[in-house]
Amino acid sequence: MSYETKRLIEIRQGVLSKNDQLAAELRSRFHAAGVTVVNLLSSPGAGKTSLLEATMRAMLAECRVAALVGDLATDNDARRLARSGGLVRQIQTGDMCHLEADIVARHLADWDLNQIDLLFIENVGNLVCPAGYDLGEAARVVLLSTTEGEDKPLKYPATFATADAILLTKMDLAGPVGFDRAMAEENIRAVNPLAPIIATSARSETGLQEWMAWLREQMQARHKGTKTIA
Amino acid sequence: MHELSIAYNIVNIATKAAQEAGAEQISAVHVRIGALSGVVADALRFSFAIAAEGTPLANAELIIEEVPVVVFCPECRAEVTLPNPRLFRCPSCHRPCGQIVHGRELELVALETP
Ligand SMILES: [Zn+2]
Repeated sequence: MSYETKRLIEIRQGVLSKNDQLAAELRSRFHAAGVTVVNLLSSPGAGKTSLLEATMRAMLAECRVAALVGDLATDNDARRLARSGGLVRQIQTGDMCHLEADIVARHLADWDLNQIDLLFIENVGNLVCPAGYDLGEAARVVLLSTTEGEDKPLKYPATFATADAILLTKMDLAGPVGFDRAMAEENIRAVNPLAPIIATSARSETGLQEWMAWLREQMQARHKGTKTIA
Repeated sequence: MHELSIAYNIVNIATKAAQEAGAEQISAVHVRIGALSGVVADALRFSFAIAAEGTPLANAELIIEEVPVVVFCPECRAEVTLPNPRLFRCPSCHRPCGQIVHGRELELVALETP
């Protein structure tokens, strides 16, 4: 064969394989330490921080809760969340449109994971980019607020299809903004027939019990998993 | 823009592979992108041209194979291809199916030299 011959160089590698590998390492660390990690995705302004604050406050009564909060430049969200009494750290994301596994690993480097039962990762407000990046989480939860369009699930099928649970947020505003819940659920079901849909409001605490019950299920599933392996 | 960082990843992996294979220039890059990968083909082509500048991949053609969503249908007990990524229903029995088998791919498959 001459060196001038056209050649095919096989690669067959995931474009995000570096991130996937780091995420797998994180996942086994979380598993070993007994931490259940929940990655929260939504568009900007869907009420992630308010819901997380209410959730952390309530869950702290029964377990050790922490949060990594992706925020563009300010530490407002982190400060708000710290009021709940949980362990909170901000990730300054600057102009990044999503979090990656190495950023997560760096930000919890000095945390003792054995002292945490439930860790939330509040991703960057964006319904496109975060979907492609595994952060080592046990579950991915997508929020859809009543103030957004009911058609969001159809516009962002990649994000909604891969969610383990979908939270409708700001249900207290459903009436005033004319939110069509049946239509929103129909659109969610079109791209994700399996994930539970939980209607919540951080303000009125609607659905908080159901959401917490789902979180407990995730934590129990972790522990069962540990036992089976051990 | 998300596709630009994806494009840089592709260029980095490909440049390393080209060097290891002793190829000084690459004429085509084959990738597979799933309908649920969150990557838009046109945006990726545009970003790739920028990311490839000044590398052995400059002027290489980006050849994209789009991978449709394939789900497992428990009723048909088979993997079925969805004609529309916005409707997770089995095309033969019309049952809702949420178990994704393919469609999240974002893979660098191969390089071609001139
Ligand atoms: Zn079927």
